[in-house]
Amino acid sequence: MKIRIKFAKYGPVKFVGHLDMLRYFQKLVRRAEIDICYSAGFSPHQIMSFAAPLGVGMQGFGEYTDIEVHSTKSSKESLLSLNRSSVEGVDVLRYIALPENTPNAMSSVAAADYFVTEREGYETEPALFEKFREFMALPEILIEKETKKSSAIIDIRPMIYDMECVEDGENLGIHPMAGKTGIFLKLATGSVNNLKPELVLKAFYQYLNREFPVFAYSVSRLEVYGNAGSEAKPDLKPLDFFGEEIL
Amino acid sequence: MRQALSDEILMSIDKPARYIGNEVNMVRKDLSTVDVRFAMCFPDVYEIGMSHLGIQILYDMFNQMEGVYCERVYSPWHDLDHIMREKKIPLFTLETQDPVKSMDFLGITVQYEMCYTNILQILDLSNIPIYAAERTEEDPIVIGGGPCTYNPEPIADFFDLFYIGEGETSYRELIQRYRENEKKGGTRKEFLQQAAEISGIYVPSFLDVSYHEDGTVAGFSSNNSHAKNTVTKELVMDLSHTYYPEKPLVPFIRATQDRVVLEIQRGCIRGCRFCQAGQIYRPVRERDVEFLKEMAVKMLKNSGYEEISLSSLSSSDYSHLNELLEFLIETYQGKGVNISLPSLRVDAFSLDVMSKVQDVKKTSLTFAPEAGTQRLRNVINKGLTEENILHGCDLAFHGGWNKVKLYFMLGLPSETEEDMRGIAELSERVAETYYEIPKSERNGKVNVTASTSFFIPKPFTPFQWAPMCTKEDFLNRARIVNNRMKEMLNRKSLKYNWHEADVSFIEGLLARGDRKVSKVVYLAYQNGCLFDSWGDSYHHEYWLKAIEDAGIDIDFYTTRPRKEDEIFPWDFIDAGVTKEFLLREWKKSQKEEVSPNCKVQCQGCGAVRFGGGICFENKN
Ligand code: SF4
Repeated sequence: MKIRIKFAKYGPVKFVGHLDMLRYFQKLVRRAEIDICYSAGFSPHQIMSFAAPLGVGMQGFGEYTDIEVHSTKSSKESLLSLNRSSVEGVDVLRYIALPENTPNAMSSVAAADYFVTEREGYETEPALFEKFREFMALPEILIEKETKKSSAIIDIRPMIYDMECVEDGENLGIHPMAGKTGIFLKLATGSVNNLKPELVLKAFYQYLNREFPVFAYSVSRLEVYGNAGSEAKPDLKPLDFFGEEIL
Repeated sequence: MRQALSDEILMSIDKPARYIGNEVNMVRKDLSTVDVRFAMCFPDVYEIGMSHLGIQILYDMFNQMEGVYCERVYSPWHDLDHIMREKKIPLFTLETQDPVKSMDFLGITVQYEMCYTNILQILDLSNIPIYAAERTEEDPIVIGGGPCTYNPEPIADFFDLFYIGEGETSYRELIQRYRENEKKGGTRKEFLQQAAEISGIYVPSFLDVSYHEDGTVAGFSSNNSHAKNTVTKELVMDLSHTYYPEKPLVPFIRATQDRVVLEIQRGCIRGCRFCQAGQIYRPVRERDVEFLKEMAVKMLKNSGYEEISLSSLSSSDYSHLNELLEFLIETYQGKGVNISLPSLRVDAFSLDVMSKVQDVKKTSLTFAPEAGTQRLRNVINKGLTEENILHGCDLAFHGGWNKVKLYFMLGLPSETEEDMRGIAELSERVAETYYEIPKSERNGKVNVTASTSFFIPKPFTPFQWAPMCTKEDFLNRARIVNNRMKEMLNRKSLKYNWHEADVSFIEGLLARGDRKVSKVVYLAYQNGCLFDSWGDSYHHEYWLKAIEDAGIDIDFYTTRPRKEDEIFPWDFIDAGVTKEFLLREWKKSQKEEVSPNCKVQCQGCGAVRFGGGICFENKN
């Protein structure tokens, strides 16, 4: 039986890297006594797969991992024991059953929401919203994207599904964002097209013709989406849309 | 949660999760209910320090005490060290991220000599004066403990007090006296006087050492009526009714010891003459097997670890080993928990267990003959015979194993060329044993890896009188082994590794050093030495310069033969084993005579006076 777990990662725990987060969850499900499936062999490992990895230093409020279990308690009970066994900064938000043929979290990622806020004590753009609105209106955004071997000029505009200047993060539906001003981004994410929020900020500073202050902005990921439609007619849904509450 | 380091700093250093705390089972306390704050430090990088069982035991013990909050501190790695100095950020604890300087105590565990410069880094980054004599009422009381403090003298000037022996017994009283002194508004010195009266506590500033003209110790005299002339080590006699971390801390990043560790017993019955642990933890005390089973279950449940390992100096000697292993295999096999075995004596039983829990093709057999010939093994009182090894290998080779690791020491007392060549020859015979079995039963080629480390005489061992080799001599010996390896028929199946000699030499100086050596440690640190046990970080030239500037003759401490009646810098400590016993063993070693282990026949080492353990168990 496939289970999808949605969780938030914030505070100092944001400095725990992706692979260590994986190890954290392996131990968490054991502490919570989730009846997880193991692979065979001398060093069996849990059947577990994470959606898009979150960069070190970034908070996430809609992160996902899929696991395979032999049996399970209700969503409510499972959530309770997972959260009882977790640390401050890792909250398990949902625990839902997936239909048998749902593709795993990793391969189904299509987009993600980000919220960019200014960090205190750093010099940021004073007329942030005004300038960003100009930037948003550009028909194409060209930037040099470096890969391991080469670099290429690409247009990232089509990979930006949505951009907004947000006066009060309250409407974003993520509690810690309430009262914060910032920029909302919905970006292509996953194995086909992948745009990192830093690259958008870099492009913005390129447009401003100023050097990008690396530490001036703090980025949180709010949600990760899968595509419930087709490639031609995408229909983005949060990854927890695909599962059902276990009663 | 407050962070001592900014996001920018955390994002610009390697493995930031080393410094954020917040791990599973970290203890949180309401500071308004806390009156004594104890910073517990392992002076090495987080992944090493977090792997140390002793700290976890003490962390659990202190935090069970009402009003006491024990927090952890590790050495900031080079990258953060530079940033903290540049930005003047004081060293902090992981739990509250508060400055170490604001604590009541800073306890540092000293597990190996090559961490001495890291101790100075901890003090320095905390803004605590490096020399104890310069500290004021504002500074925490700095305590040292752990195996190296059985000779605390080379670091004595840096500590306010040392706790000699096992931590489970005297800390409660120490904390109590601290509270009473605080209540009275007593001074630092008044507290140290109170502390000096407690069993196991040594206050270096209350002990004067005088020297002969030749530099050896003439005598010790206490300069404070509260202090004892001899400090006797502390130990726990009942290891089944004492502190054990049922809820171990689980780091986010992978620690060296990434598993539940179950300490099955303390001490060792064997009495190898080079081994300090085998002497200072006498007598052997076993933990009750039911206690261990219960702990194993609780710790695995509370940590979520997927692996458990047993720890002790010689696990095969634990009397309920079969029962314990069978329990673990039965309870956890197929449930995603690996059982990692300590190095067990290779016999039919252990091979059977190993084949159940490990992939035979991937694991290697380990033997530690320590010396290449039976003669030299008798000198060091290592019971393992060539027959034991070859028989064990034969059994294992038939069972599908094909990798063997052999550990030796070079530079042992009385070692001859024959002993050195013996290392290669024994390795060869292991390979031959493999090729003696029919080809159809073999599992490809055999791999025999022999490794040598350089022998370093340690305090409280029968070899504390022994001279150490010079660096040239060490390397020469390694060359002899290597040349002989190349002459062997099966040389293609043999591999030989040897250690660097530079570090061993400094370790030799620090191991048997006196108070005068503290100057070398201080200068080495000032020269830039840090993380000396990490190959890449080690700077031999800085140490040599420190030795020269301190006016120390290194040969006096390392290569000089000691007279039988010499007073050693550590002789004011009573480690349980008497000097007469050690001397008796030293003389027996010169006659190539072996001493049976505690189970076979008591050797009258002196540890019987602690009133328990192996000394009182049925002998057969
Ligand atoms: S007194 Fe005897 S039995 Fe006890 S530890 Fe010493 S040698 Fe072993």
